[in-house]
Amino acid sequence: MNFALPMKHNRGKALVTHAVLLTYTLIALFPIFVVIVNSFKSRKAIFNDPLALPTTETFSLVGFEEVLLRSEFDVFFSNSLIVSVSSIFFVLLFGAMMAWALTEYSFKGNLLIGMLVAMGIMIPIRLGTVSILELMSSLHLVNTLWALIFVYIAQGLPLAVYILSEFIKQVPKELKEAARCDGVSEIKIFFTIILPLIRPAMATVAVFTMIPIWNDLWFPLILAPSDGNQTITLGVQQFVGQYVTDWNSVLASLTLAIVPVLILYMIFSRQLIRGLTSGAVK
Amino acid sequence: MTTIRAKKAFPWHIIFFLGPGLLIYLTVSVYPLLDTLRLSLYNEEMNGDLTFTGLSNFSKLLFDVVWSDPFWNATWNNLKFFVVHMLIQNPIGLLLAVLLSSPKLRLRNSYRTLIFLPTMLSVVIIGFVWQLLLSPLWGITENFMWDIGLGDYFDAWLGKESSALFTLSLISVWQFVGLPMMLIYAALLGIPDELIDASVVDGSSAWQTFWNLKLPLIMPTIGMVSILTFVANFNAFELIYTVKGALAGPNFATDIMGTLFYRTFFGFQLQEGSLTMGAAVATLMFLVILVGVALYLFLFQRRVQRFAL
Repeated sequence: MNFALPMKHNRGKALVTHAVLLTYTLIALFPIFVVIVNSFKSRKAIFNDPLALPTTETFSLVGFEEVLLRSEFDVFFSNSLIVSVSSIFFVLLFGAMMAWALTEYSFKGNLLIGMLVAMGIMIPIRLGTVSILELMSSLHLVNTLWALIFVYIAQGLPLAVYILSEFIKQVPKELKEAARCDGVSEIKIFFTIILPLIRPAMATVAVFTMIPIWNDLWFPLILAPSDGNQTITLGVQQFVGQYVTDWNSVLASLTLAIVPVLILYMIFSRQLIRGLTSGAVK
Repeated sequence: MTTIRAKKAFPWHIIFFLGPGLLIYLTVSVYPLLDTLRLSLYNEEMNGDLTFTGLSNFSKLLFDVVWSDPFWNATWNNLKFFVVHMLIQNPIGLLLAVLLSSPKLRLRNSYRTLIFLPTMLSVVIIGFVWQLLLSPLWGITENFMWDIGLGDYFDAWLGKESSALFTLSLISVWQFVGLPMMLIYAALLGIPDELIDASVVDGSSAWQTFWNLKLPLIMPTIGMVSILTFVANFNAFELIYTVKGALAGPNFATDIMGTLFYRTFFGFQLQEGSLTMGAAVATLMFLVILVGVALYLFLFQRRVQRFAL
């Protein structure tokens, strides 16, 4: 009918699309931007002109000095790092081993175990907190990072097994059969053939496992709340609760918690988004 | 074939592969959940002994005013929390996903990455950030509202009984809108171009194509987003605890099942913590989540035909 219109129409449509997406992007970034910017300003400047960037006159690191002086941010940070890295290591190792066993071998109980693990994807481990605390105190693990590591391994395994199974299923049969004909043991097949092949999937699983662990407040609050064992999330929560009125310190501590995640996100966002959009978590 | 297999040695390798992971999963996840269900049927005596009391914890929680008032309050609040997510978060996520999937869109990856950013941060951090932004002391939001001519409508929303829960729900929506956006966007990309072309050739408008073709095809994903939202909402705790504390004030207006569970189990101020009552609250949360998941499986996995790629 009309061939001239679509072109104009499309341009208008593209403009509206960009306007909406840009507006939403600003809404998403603005709060974080405000906090980071103000953490570098003097107390007076924070209140006088919250939206201004720090200038040579208003620039101040007093908040950061206070935070580093009055709390053990370095300890919190390394606790979080120890807990996340160890949990991820075991989730990947044990998760891949379980995924391999459940997809490769047919044995009695295979289906049952598979369903039990699948249930863990939907049912939050938090609901068992009462007994987890009992269990950890009977094992004398309360107030240790080990308690958190065990819980996070159990929390991360179901999704890891699920995602890795999907990838292990795609490994060509010929590879395994050829190795078996050469008399290679099952354990060696897994570690030398399968594991290297599913490495990209393991990166995705690592990112998915890391985020909830790093951000968790519930289990640190319950299992390891006392001095020297706090993770960064709990440390920030306690610190801000204690120094609510000291705006410089509050803003600085929030910035210290946000920036490492931002840097990691910038590095791994491709991995993460590819994982989310390739149907790894359907 | 089967006879040869049967004669094979005991499959030690299967034990080796399954053993460590399964051991941890069973001890730290499956056993505690079952044990929590068991504990909910007991009562803890003063000396710490447990006596079997059947369903009495549940009848207390559901019917005894001292317990049932907070319980129904938290359940009702949690339901509102969930409804706000379903009516605001998921539609916005859908809208953003549709816009992101428009053909030949420039800056697509930047929008996607940046809008998803808040989802990555800890709920604790987000809670504090918004507490600062909405604070009448700092006045960022208030000044902004004066600038756009709505200054009279500003209020200390987080502190008011009538608006605190809704405000917290919106903060959570703001943080997590990236998740439905991303999942629905992936589903939209999965629709083959031929189907869309065919619909356009048939003379459908963009709106008709969306409504009659795309929406039915992404229904399974919308179902999955809904159940993920449901489970996450009925398991939420951090945001309320960070912004309003364990007492979920003002006057329990923001109390949800997660905070009720925490207070019942650990106790807070005047209330003494109880292992068995905590287990009973957890059991009821488990049932709520189970009903949600069952409903999802029934509605979406059976009725909606999966779109095979």
